[in-house]
Amino acid sequence: MTPSRTAFAAILGKDLRSELRTLQSLPAMALFAVTTFVIFRFGLDRTSLSGSLASGVLWATLLFAAVLGINRLFVSEREEGGFDAIRLAPIDRTVLFAAKASALVVYLAALELVTVPIFAIFFLEDAAGLGPLVAVLLLTDLGLAATGTLISSMAVNSRARDLLVPLVLLPLSIPLMIAATGATEPLLSLGGPSYDRFGTWLMVLGLYDLIFGLVGYAVFDFLLED
Amino acid sequence: MYGKGLKPLSIAAVAMLALSLSLVFFYAPLDGDQGFIQKIFYVHVPLAITALIGFVAGGVFAILHLRSNDRKWDAYSYVAIHISVIFGVAVLITGAIWAKASWGHWWVWDEPTLVSFLIVFLLYATYYPFRYAIEDRDRQARYASVFAVTAGAFVPLNFMAVRMAESLVHPRTFATAEGGMPGEMMLTFLCSLVAMGLLWTTLVKFELTAKSASGQVKRLRRALDAPVAGGSSRIAPEVS
Repeated sequence: MTPSRTAFAAILGKDLRSELRTLQSLPAMALFAVTTFVIFRFGLDRTSLSGSLASGVLWATLLFAAVLGINRLFVSEREEGGFDAIRLAPIDRTVLFAAKASALVVYLAALELVTVPIFAIFFLEDAAGLGPLVAVLLLTDLGLAATGTLISSMAVNSRARDLLVPLVLLPLSIPLMIAATGATEPLLSLGGPSYDRFGTWLMVLGLYDLIFGLVGYAVFDFLLED
Repeated sequence: MYGKGLKPLSIAAVAMLALSLSLVFFYAPLDGDQGFIQKIFYVHVPLAITALIGFVAGGVFAILHLRSNDRKWDAYSYVAIHISVIFGVAVLITGAIWAKASWGHWWVWDEPTLVSFLIVFLLYATYYPFRYAIEDRDRQARYASVFAVTAGAFVPLNFMAVRMAESLVHPRTFATAEGGMPGEMMLTFLCSLVAMGLLWTTLVKFELTAKSASGQVKRLRRALDAPVAGGSSRIAPEVS
């Protein structure tokens, strides 16, 4: 039996290499996010944002851009017979969950690497809050990856694939958004970053990541049964 | 088979509801600040607690379905979630009525429990389009169970997160209602809670019995080569 580490590295490597070569999700996600920033500039009629508005615009945009990527996460598996290959291979099937979720974390991190500086240039007065924001971004990415991978793997086998992911994922990500915006709002406030309840929000994010990571790990096997 | 005990259960539920409503109107004292309006609490909160327990029960049945692969657990899970969603609508409506009477607005974002409940309700409402989108019945049942388990894990986390989002300055209605409730109010509340629990169980049993009966009729018709009347639902699990 192939050790899980090898299988995990193989699947993760395949996904990242495939994305690097075809670039089908990342540029779209980034473009979507930047265009949404422009829409918010006009929708809110503001050229500079701080506090709760900044946090809200940033997180809403990142969430919707993430959904674009999540929609496409398992499409290649379905079309190229990846699911059958995983079922046949002598590996633990939850490796697919772990590998896909990790790939999604990488995509989200790459997305944020591009869009958060652009957000800062467009709307923020000073970039002092961006350092600690990295911790919030990372923890939220883990949570989005866990739930997103789970929902995506179910939606890919359904008829209304592009509808199902936003429909089911959005309510599930509300606690993530509550915690992420709660932590980000004081970081982006006008007078400079403040760390009001920062630790508490990070703990909530961590708890969400843990719970949904475990849930995903526990149920994923049932999803691959034929 | 499911119908056994349905009649005594229904009678018990109706009797308990009648008892608790009489207690609400004739026995429970009037609340100091809210007056008569407060009495809707005896309907709203038991409905909410029962609905939430129902959602968790749906999750538990789903776990049993995944582990045993027996489709009857999927039917139990489906019906539990179904009745809880209906109770959820009642919770939101009674909550809105209470909010309008107490604070003058049909909806308030200040009440964390109501907002958390709205989010949970929205999540479980997606259960139906989710089931509908998956064609293969076997897979549909399995995925629906995974959804129910995930959603069940989500409920407590959601309540915690929303509560934390509220500023600690805002007064919480339930802090005044539950903490230091006089004995008469507590008794009335507990009676209402039992009544709603019985109502939920009766409705679940009723729906399972109805599904079981129509399933048997369909099977008999098919065996007799008679036309099978009515469109069969694409999502409701068949109960044997």
